[in-house]
Amino acid sequence: MAPILDIKNLHKSYGSVEILKDINVSIDPGDFLVLVGPSGCGKSTLLNCIAGLEPITGGTLSIGGRDMADVTPKDRDIAMVFQSYALYPTMTVAKNITFGMKVRGVDAATQDRKLQEVAQQLQIEPLLNRRPGQLSGGQRQRVAMGRALVRDPKLFLFDEPLSNLDAKLRVEMRSEIKKLHQNLGASMVYVTHDQIEAMTLATKIVVMKGGVIQQIGTPSEIYNTPANLFVADFMGSPAMNLIPAKTRKNGAGTILEITRADGAPLQLTDTRNQDLPNDVLLGLRPEDIAEAGFRAGASVQEAECLVEMVEPAGADTYVTSHLGGAQVTARLHAETSALAGKPLSLAFDLAKVSYFEPNSGMRLN
Amino acid sequence: MIDLSMSRPAETHPRGIAWGRLALRFSLYLFLGLFALYYLMPLFVMVTTSLKSLEEIRTGSLISLPREVTFEAWRTAWSGACTGIQCEGLKPYFWNSILIAVPGVAISTLLGALNGYVIAQWRFRGSNLIFSLMLFGCFIPFQVVLLPMARVLGEMGLAGSISGLIFVHVIYGLGFTTLFFRNYYVTIPNELVKAAKVDGAGFVRIFWSIFLPLSLPIIVVTVIWQFTQIWNDFLFGVSFSQAGTQPVTVALNNIVNSTTGVKEYNVDMAAAIIAALPTLLVYVVAGKYFIRGLTAGSVKG
Amino acid sequence: MSDWLETHLPKAVLAPSFIAIMLFVYGFIGWTAWVSFTRSKLLPRYELKGTVQYEKLFASPRWDTAMDNLFVFGTLFIVIAMLLGLLLAIFLDQKVRSEGVIRTIYLYPMALSMIVTGTAWKWILNPGLGLENMVRGWGFETFTFDWLVNPDFAIYTVVLAGVWQSSGFVMALFLAGLRSVDEEIIKAAQVDGIPTWRIYSAIIIPSMAPIFLSAFIVLAHLAIKSFDLVIALTGGGPGYSTDLPATYMYAMAFSRGDIGQAASSAMIMMMVVFAIVVPYLYSELRAKHD
Repeated sequence: MAPILDIKNLHKSYGSVEILKDINVSIDPGDFLVLVGPSGCGKSTLLNCIAGLEPITGGTLSIGGRDMADVTPKDRDIAMVFQSYALYPTMTVAKNITFGMKVRGVDAATQDRKLQEVAQQLQIEPLLNRRPGQLSGGQRQRVAMGRALVRDPKLFLFDEPLSNLDAKLRVEMRSEIKKLHQNLGASMVYVTHDQIEAMTLATKIVVMKGGVIQQIGTPSEIYNTPANLFVADFMGSPAMNLIPAKTRKNGAGTILEITRADGAPLQLTDTRNQDLPNDVLLGLRPEDIAEAGFRAGASVQEAECLVEMVEPAGADTYVTSHLGGAQVTARLHAETSALAGKPLSLAFDLAKVSYFEPNSGMRLN
Repeated sequence: MIDLSMSRPAETHPRGIAWGRLALRFSLYLFLGLFALYYLMPLFVMVTTSLKSLEEIRTGSLISLPREVTFEAWRTAWSGACTGIQCEGLKPYFWNSILIAVPGVAISTLLGALNGYVIAQWRFRGSNLIFSLMLFGCFIPFQVVLLPMARVLGEMGLAGSISGLIFVHVIYGLGFTTLFFRNYYVTIPNELVKAAKVDGAGFVRIFWSIFLPLSLPIIVVTVIWQFTQIWNDFLFGVSFSQAGTQPVTVALNNIVNSTTGVKEYNVDMAAAIIAALPTLLVYVVAGKYFIRGLTAGSVKG
Repeated sequence: MSDWLETHLPKAVLAPSFIAIMLFVYGFIGWTAWVSFTRSKLLPRYELKGTVQYEKLFASPRWDTAMDNLFVFGTLFIVIAMLLGLLLAIFLDQKVRSEGVIRTIYLYPMALSMIVTGTAWKWILNPGLGLENMVRGWGFETFTFDWLVNPDFAIYTVVLAGVWQSSGFVMALFLAGLRSVDEEIIKAAQVDGIPTWRIYSAIIIPSMAPIFLSAFIVLAHLAIKSFDLVIALTGGGPGYSTDLPATYMYAMAFSRGDIGQAASSAMIMMMVVFAIVVPYLYSELRAKHD
């Protein structure tokens, strides 16, 4: 299948400042691509480049197999939803939705039919004669979506569309967007700084930092095998534990030695056969550390650690400890007996461990 | 916002505080009232003087009410007072001012709106520099352009003409009108332009369908500001007009300072009020916007 | 083709205004500057002759008077208008009943032409039939108030009328400033038991520094450009006693036919304005770019 969006060696600079460096991404029809990263990483600029709102400095960008150099936004067959919704303040909801068709000279009957379709789909029929100023945040969000849907474009672009909503509404709208994607089977590019949004929505995630792509992959690839320390730290909440360790090989596999402020170093053995340098950063997600006895398997090893803090969070309880000079969080079951200041036996799932080179931050396994 | 007399908690000396409070409030209102008189007095004197006969002015007191109200001075001021050799009153000059102000306001406001729209929403390399240069132009003392402008108007064949004055007011009003619109449009998120671009609208369409309908408040502010500026202008009027094309301020000054005949103070005052009436009217009707313009014109940014 | 037009339309729209400003503001400043270094008299001449005009200007007693007047008028006008404006703003800020009406009364002079203001005050201050006569009519036979026709005092009548015209505007500026101070800070101070006058002097007024600056710039600018007020009120007289640089320049340009003097005096005016405005604008624009 030909990619719906194909970006090759894209560069973007403002004067001498390079905003995007050598971006290569392509997505297939029906894909939901999420661009995620901290603010200032260039993700919104990349989206604007895809929309044609910003000229690119180098490389190529094609949509639906057609090169987009010198193609204006209106001719790219895209629709876009903005962070501030960007609804036209003096127009009614209906006019907001039909403005694009009106500009393109679509006949009134078609305009009306499409308007009704979209209004029904998004359940905004009662709002059609209101102005944006009279709508709540969630309603504005729907109208903005309606304005995009009515275009029936090759590619939908979303620029942090949920970041102005309160937490509850954000979760609701997130699942609506997901449903919409599934129902329409449309191709979407979605920018967010919220890694949970990225994980829940995407079929493909691009993690960016400083204008450079850090990793491209499915949500599970990104989550389970982060390509570097930045991705490991950025994706997931609470963040992946990154514990300095020394390695030593023996017959059973790799022995990982982790210093502790009090008492003997902690020793874990990874039985997977791999070549590791002497110093590594060991990455382990909080949910891969359990209370001893609550996780079993060949790869699980138990060790006693001093609990420093216990944070019940309802469904889970988070316990923190210090290992190798780093703070380590474990995600335990809600009814744990862990007490701050007391030792607790923890179970480490070594099959889930990621190794990183401490200096370059690159993944080793 | 805060009350002068709220400085101490009221519970301590209820009675003493109550009296002190009352005295404070009283002096506050007295002070404000006295100043209201200071500001109103000249207007009052102008109006009463304009309604008196010359005889009464000579014998009566400055602030006394007219014993006998006569509109003779108003009639003279409007259609008979002498500005130098001509004695047609203010009427033709009042009309001149309208002929200058209306197109002057309209053109400079329209250009200001377009400039502000470009500078705020369609930035390009150098657009900020252009804005700075225009802003700077607001501050020059106009004396520095009087001489060359007089020559250029002459070469353009506009010397001493109404069109010439319109031209001058448009040019030197541009800085402020651009500033007003730019500061207004810069508060509108640029995403609106982006959304409209994706919707297929272009530069003109976006301005016409999206920005212009949003602009009523700033248009009112700008129109009032420009109207007041142009109507009240004297320097350009006296420098670039000739007999017959003078604006009302210049004519007023000529009436007041005309040395021929008896000094008719009542006519002077009536003429002054007539000249002030349009801007006063604007101020009374749309004072809120007038003040907004004043403050926007002084608090840049 | 239409895309090309579309991308260049913003520039094309801005271009006429930009060219006009470059020509009629900066070009004209250049022209005036050039001419101020020539021996132009009735007609401009373009051979540079050094600083003769400036030497002549500074040797002229009339220009001397004009600069002295500008200093006296400017200082008094700015200081009085600022103090009065601030005082009125603070007093109006005390939850005053019918504040709107009072504000309207204080501010209306700003809507008037300086010519109207000058005409009105000229009448009020004229010794024969105005204030002096009125007070004498009350029985104070020896009362004299002849500032308008007294060369030593006439400039103060300009101050009086100028303050009358502009102080309400300063009041409006300060009132807006007072209202924009964060109310929580004031509440916090009240809870701390700080007396009201201290709240004003230690918290509110210092936080209005930018407004003081704005008011100062506007007033200074008004003072330097003051032309109509003097023309209408005193005509520059008695004699040259109330001449300001603006009236001097006008007299040289249009009645004396001395373009060289007019140009050099205009340049001095511009330099005075720039000395005040440039640092202000520079800081404003820079602050915005950061």
